[in-house]
Amino acid sequence: MTSSSDGTDVTGMTVGELQAALKDGATAAGVTQAYLDRIAADDDSLGAYLHVDPDAALERAAAVDAAGAAGTGLAGIPVALKDVVVTKGIPTTSGSRILEGWKPPYDATVAARLEAAGTVLLGKTNMDEFAMGSSTENSAYRVTRNPWDPERIPGGSSGGSSAAVAGGLAPWAIGTDTGGSIRQPAALTGLVGHKPTYGSVSRFGLIAFSSSLDQAGPMARTVHDAALLHEAIGGHDPLDSTSIDSPVPVLAECARRGADGDLSGLTVGVVRELGGEGHTDGYEQGVLDRVAEAVALLESMGAEVREVSCPAFDLALAAYYLIAPSEASSNLSRFDGVRYGLRVGDDGVHDLDEVMALTREQGFGPEVKRRIILGTYALSSGYYEAYYGQAQKVRTLISRDFNAAFDAEGAGVDVLVSPTTPTVAFPLGSRVDDPVAMYAADLCTLPASLAGVPAMSVPCGLSDGLPVGFQIMAPALADDRCYQVGAALEAAQDAARGSRFLDQLTRRAAEPVGGAA
Amino acid sequence: MSTLSRKDVAHLARLSRLAVTDEELDLYAGQLSAVLDAVAQVQQAPVEDVPPTTHAVPMTNVYRDDVVRPSLPRDLVLAGAPAAEDGRFRVPRILQEEA
Repeated sequence: MTSSSDGTDVTGMTVGELQAALKDGATAAGVTQAYLDRIAADDDSLGAYLHVDPDAALERAAAVDAAGAAGTGLAGIPVALKDVVVTKGIPTTSGSRILEGWKPPYDATVAARLEAAGTVLLGKTNMDEFAMGSSTENSAYRVTRNPWDPERIPGGSSGGSSAAVAGGLAPWAIGTDTGGSIRQPAALTGLVGHKPTYGSVSRFGLIAFSSSLDQAGPMARTVHDAALLHEAIGGHDPLDSTSIDSPVPVLAECARRGADGDLSGLTVGVVRELGGEGHTDGYEQGVLDRVAEAVALLESMGAEVREVSCPAFDLALAAYYLIAPSEASSNLSRFDGVRYGLRVGDDGVHDLDEVMALTREQGFGPEVKRRIILGTYALSSGYYEAYYGQAQKVRTLISRDFNAAFDAEGAGVDVLVSPTTPTVAFPLGSRVDDPVAMYAADLCTLPASLAGVPAMSVPCGLSDGLPVGFQIMAPALADDRCYQVGAALEAAQDAARGSRFLDQLTRRAAEPVGGAA
Repeated sequence: MSTLSRKDVAHLARLSRLAVTDEELDLYAGQLSAVLDAVAQVQQAPVEDVPPTTHAVPMTNVYRDDVVRPSLPRDLVLAGAPAAEDGRFRVPRILQEEA
């Protein structure tokens, strides 16, 4: 049964609509059961989840119902968590064999806050191993498919979360974004995904990949839903020493205001280096066309549009693929076969060093090994200055470009925009053996990551029948601007289309095979 | 052209405690040389007198109150370990018998 009492399919609702339904008499148990039914029916083929515990979810939902809390705030709303978020007593693998069977002894702050808000955990979603990847094909466990085309990638590394939400197997989900791992999968599956300002959402209990870049954030079906989820997880956390001590931003209200569609007084900068003139190598024309249409739409709502040049963005990919592997090589040294997870070769003959090397060899997949080796090289004496040191200086140049764009003395724009990804979702298997081609999927999302500024991906149409993402970047702690502009764009497009973006996918799923455009 | 030889990769893998196979050495030497070639672009950047950024948020010395808080229960932590004995993590032997 996937319907509420009045026959409406609750798994097609936004969270805003679910809240209304719960207030109106639907039960958390009923909503949860509807999602569990969809998971049971579709996840064998979609591959979105690594772990689902239906009994625990239903028990939790029943408790929310018994307390009479369903419909109050987020109480009774189901949620999925990327498997990089540790959950007490619930298997957490980060997509890696090295953590197979591990049950964390504590909760990540993000998980604890969602629990405290009364949400119902549906399960843990698939991901590239340790969040390293752009297609979820680096998961040690299973293939995740794109709900728009099962032969294509759902993006990554939060591809389980993107497939679950777009495919109707979760109303929304938590992802994490180091170089683009929320925004890129959101773009490729037609979702809204937001990477918050670095430090504004706690990293406590996220299994670390690259600590100066990792950040958790919302993946949702609408800008307003994303804002609600962001508000629930945001804010200072004393358990994360890099957490920014500032109040939880007001975002849902900002999204509602943005949907009114008045952008007068707002200045939008279109980044030349991300798909602009002279910088279109590797970009699909359909992506550039949809993004240009979105920019025109913002202009029609009163925004002033100008092109902005950020020359150092050309170096973002190179800098990122030195900094992130370097930090990863250090962070992943904790997987030593002693404190948690796998141990291989402990036979009384092999010594500690050998057991560590055998454990890591068997426990890690190829991309993780490549990055550990590359990071070890970039940090080694004799190469440090030429690679890691140089990349950190490029990082400064990228921040300066952002500052110059946002500064009133510079270009003076309120937000910067670009495509989220150079191409639509590519076929499964097409880039797995070519790391450099895989890394290019992150071309547009890396600059904001390196500068630690907030950035959102919002759907802006289809190219070859597949979703295109529009990226909105704002100054640090001005996440509200992403929500305002994102909501304005979303509302204008929905009005022109006469339906929500994801309704196109639902309609297509209802058509006979071969009937889709 | 930046390259990593098979020998370089073997050395780095040893430093990283990865017991890679011969096939992996061949594969990674080629793939990592291609990656290194792409990232070597940072060396052309105009960075004279530019300070490095280690972290997007400039924060130093974040303190918390020095109060005693309960630790995680020992049994719970050891339950996740691959081997435990007498309430401790059991590790493989560290010294060779002849040493």
